[in-house]
Amino acid sequence: MPFAFDNLDTWAKRMLLAIQEYTVFSWQAVANLARTPHYWSDIITQADLIGVGSLPIVVLTGFFTGGVLALQSAASLAQFGAQSQTGRFVSLSMIRELAPVLTGLMVSGRNASGMASELGSMIVTEQIDAMRALGTDPMKKLVTPRVLSTVIMLFLLTIVSDSVGTAGGAAVAVFISKQNSTQYFDSAYQALVYSDIAQGLTKPLFFGFIIATVGCYFGMKTTGGTQGVGRATTQAVVVSSVLIIFSDFILSRAMLWIFSGF
Amino acid sequence: MGAEIQLELTRVANEAAEPVVIFEHVSIGFDGIPVLEDISFSVKPTETRILLGPAGVGKSVLLKLATGLLRPDTGYIYLFGQEITELAEDELLQLRTRTGMVFQEGALFDSLTVRDNVGYQLMERGLPADEIDRRVHEALRFVELEHTYEMLPASLSGGMRRRVAIARAIIDQPQLILYDSPTGGLDPVTSTTIDELIIKERDLYGTPALLVTHRLQDAFTMSTHRYDIATSKTVPLPKGQTNSNTSFLVLHNTKLIFDGSVEALVKSDDPFLKKFLA
Repeated sequence: MPFAFDNLDTWAKRMLLAIQEYTVFSWQAVANLARTPHYWSDIITQADLIGVGSLPIVVLTGFFTGGVLALQSAASLAQFGAQSQTGRFVSLSMIRELAPVLTGLMVSGRNASGMASELGSMIVTEQIDAMRALGTDPMKKLVTPRVLSTVIMLFLLTIVSDSVGTAGGAAVAVFISKQNSTQYFDSAYQALVYSDIAQGLTKPLFFGFIIATVGCYFGMKTTGGTQGVGRATTQAVVVSSVLIIFSDFILSRAMLWIFSGF
Repeated sequence: MGAEIQLELTRVANEAAEPVVIFEHVSIGFDGIPVLEDISFSVKPTETRILLGPAGVGKSVLLKLATGLLRPDTGYIYLFGQEITELAEDELLQLRTRTGMVFQEGALFDSLTVRDNVGYQLMERGLPADEIDRRVHEALRFVELEHTYEMLPASLSGGMRRRVAIARAIIDQPQLILYDSPTGGLDPVTSTTIDELIIKERDLYGTPALLVTHRLQDAFTMSTHRYDIATSKTVPLPKGQTNSNTSFLVLHNTKLIFDGSVEALVKSDDPFLKKFLA
């Protein structure tokens, strides 16, 4: 028994230390936005890699999710004679919840892993040390541009996912459920209020921050050679995905409270 | 005769000048295991110090301590007269721009071309592109690799990568060069080429250096050879002579067990040194 408690104690200490390190790491990444030099070309490059590179998977995911929502909801709504409300159901679900979360998870799978493996490889081949030896701060050069680019691009990708998801729902509603397209779009549009849009567009800002900071944190803390790079990559995807879903719950709760009067 | 007077003058000036690196009772350990204990030595201007020791003894750790890439647990380290153990990272980054470092495997940025790797420091300082191009060509000419200008590190051999790393380290005329096992894992012919480049740098520019190696042959080649400007070749010094600016440090079991000239090293009665040199 004492061994179990010993292990628990060590695990708890390690977790606390990791949380502390991650907090300091994230703070440094943000604080560097106010410090020179600014690596604008790296920010543009990362925005292209993260944003444009993720566009195909975000479009496909958004379109088919909207389609599935329309397919499932149309059948259920038909039982109550409310099939005309399909557009409302799809747009609300996509914009408030599914587009931010699914886009976050897709981008996390693609980019948190990419960041962790890229920075992890640079650590094990001493490229980060070489950068520091040449007088460059790796946090400013590598981490801050990734964080800023991910936050901006995830916001934009979520808007794309919202639009494509609603279009996917429309495609199913019109071509499979044989609904009227004007009715679908009218119901989708009428259902939305300011707080729905605000909710849906606030979340990706947090999710983008989580994806980039977690990916970069695990990359920069890589130890143990190539095996360590693999471990860091897996941890980055798992932790960022769990944090996205966890923070989605917290953010939804907070925003329902904030916008309860609207 | 003139050259001997010049050498003697350099030696006297060297003794009077303030060291570029000073270690004072430095210790460091990882996960409770001591790696280096009570290390004290200095590197004077124009001096090349060769750090010898078996693999895994902490030579690379010592090199990283010298440039602030690692912080000691106890003791003081002075770089260019500034105490760096408590220095903020921003100030350390500034100080490091005055040094050049050649890493064990070269540590070239694999997504950048040779041109961008070698000219990295100049690009960071925002120099004009044509100025960078000129100086990159100059540095690559020094290591005889001008033809690799547009290539990516992945298409270079191990020896070529080390030579590019040397070009990157010297391009901004550093005031201290740190070599971390520059010949490690290379074949004898390539190792000799690297040794010759280090000797050439030492004798042409007189930059102080701290060189880590576990290969005795490299260490003795540095001490017993000089760069001949007339023939552009490395030639042996006359029998019995050694380079007065090149001296040795030996690490063993976390301690610095030797600090002195090659002659003193060869004559040492220390059992470990005798075994190590055998």
